[in-house]
Amino acid sequence: MSANKDSIQRTLLVTVLLCLVCSILVAGSAVTLRDRQNQNQANDMRRSVLQAAGMYDAEKTVEEQFENIQVRIANIEEGRFATEEELNSLKAAGFDPANFDQRKASKNPQFSRALKGAEDTASIKTLTRFSSVYVIEQNGAIDSVVLPIHGYGLWSTLYGFIALESDLNTIAGLGFYDHAETPGLGGEVDNPTWKAKWEEKHVYNDQGDVAIRVVKGHAEEGNPYQVDGLSGATLTSVGVTNLVQFWMGDTGFGKLLSNLKQGGE
Amino acid sequence: MALSDIKRVVTEPLISNNPITVQILGICSALAVTASLKVTLVMCIALTLVTAFSGFGISLIRNHIPNSIRIIVQMTIIASLVIVVDQVLKAFTYEISKQLSVFVGLIITNCIVMGRAEAFAMQNGPVLSFFDGIGNGLGYSILLISVAVVRELFGSGTLLGIEILPLVTDGGWYVSNGLLLLPPSAFFIIGGLIGLIRIIRKDQIEEPDYTISPNTENSGGQF
Repeated sequence: MSANKDSIQRTLLVTVLLCLVCSILVAGSAVTLRDRQNQNQANDMRRSVLQAAGMYDAEKTVEEQFENIQVRIANIEEGRFATEEELNSLKAAGFDPANFDQRKASKNPQFSRALKGAEDTASIKTLTRFSSVYVIEQNGAIDSVVLPIHGYGLWSTLYGFIALESDLNTIAGLGFYDHAETPGLGGEVDNPTWKAKWEEKHVYNDQGDVAIRVVKGHAEEGNPYQVDGLSGATLTSVGVTNLVQFWMGDTGFGKLLSNLKQGGE
Repeated sequence: MALSDIKRVVTEPLISNNPITVQILGICSALAVTASLKVTLVMCIALTLVTAFSGFGISLIRNHIPNSIRIIVQMTIIASLVIVVDQVLKAFTYEISKQLSVFVGLIITNCIVMGRAEAFAMQNGPVLSFFDGIGNGLGYSILLISVAVVRELFGSGTLLGIEILPLVTDGGWYVSNGLLLLPPSAFFIIGGLIGLIRIIRKDQIEEPDYTISPNTENSGGQF
């Protein structure tokens, strides 16, 4: 090691050793902390479910509160809950029904299909055949359901939940847990005051069509199908309208909801 | 290396040679993360640790770093430490790491860390470099925390999320100043603080690089 430190051999040696030490450090921290991080991510999603349903209580742990919620897998195409057979095929492909990873499933052609132009109003490109559905029951009847929704805003895909009350029409809450919209403008989808404006609104009109939408400026007084737009975030507002309409429509959860309304499981 | 040296490298960057107000480094993150005090505190701790440990690590191998690749070697060490910090934040303070998002990663390019590595750690021993990192991190923290206190208190009426000034929207009396929640407000506050420090510490005022020539009309020049 007495050679000149600026020689080519020394330069290469230092580079290799440095990379080795640094990669051990980085890989070590990533591997040892991965479980905790996944746990956090799962909890974060569960917290969004609870928040959308308006049940979140910061005093209690997320796990404790989540006990009242049934996580079920729905077959969206057919509009019913998944059969035992379908659950087994999901398990065989490495998906955990209790913690269904819809993003991963959307990349698996066995469980998803590509959406064609006009169909894809939420710009999500592929639609999974299955989705997690969170059901909160009281005395054997559905008290509320929380449905995962996602779609494209201005810069990013917004991932969130919409909660419906027992009539499966009145909105109990809406919230996004992952997006990259402009902070202060489109990012205001996280604003509690705006999210509260969704409560008590109706998704379907008397004809059974999806009528809910975000309007520019203020919603008409007493109109149950309109939500105030976000100022300075027209495109994000349009994106939210599209994604809510998509998921509430027949391609999304529409069939499941109408079947549930008729009392069928 | 005496104890007085350590004391000097830790205390000097606090006011006399503050990385932000005197060296004008690290402004970008000072603008971005100071809208809430809690996020700022985490950012300050992260930056202080990265500066200290990268100083230590770089100084340890400073006599072996070939000159031709010294910047990239420093960057590699800093980047590795930043990734470790990011991983730890994601594992233990998930909420805050979500808010800090990209800014933890940007510690890598924070001018303070690179500046101290190149200007101090390459010439001094590991222990002294470590404390130099702590000192500069604290100097950065002092300024960031003052900015964050002003922004959060007058921007959202809270400190660390606890309500101090009840907002009109919640039935109180304070009308929040929305500008303070936007990044440009940090420019005004930092500028104001630099001005204030230089009123008291006149030795920090820099010599102007050039003088503005007099107005030609009044000095008899031709049109």
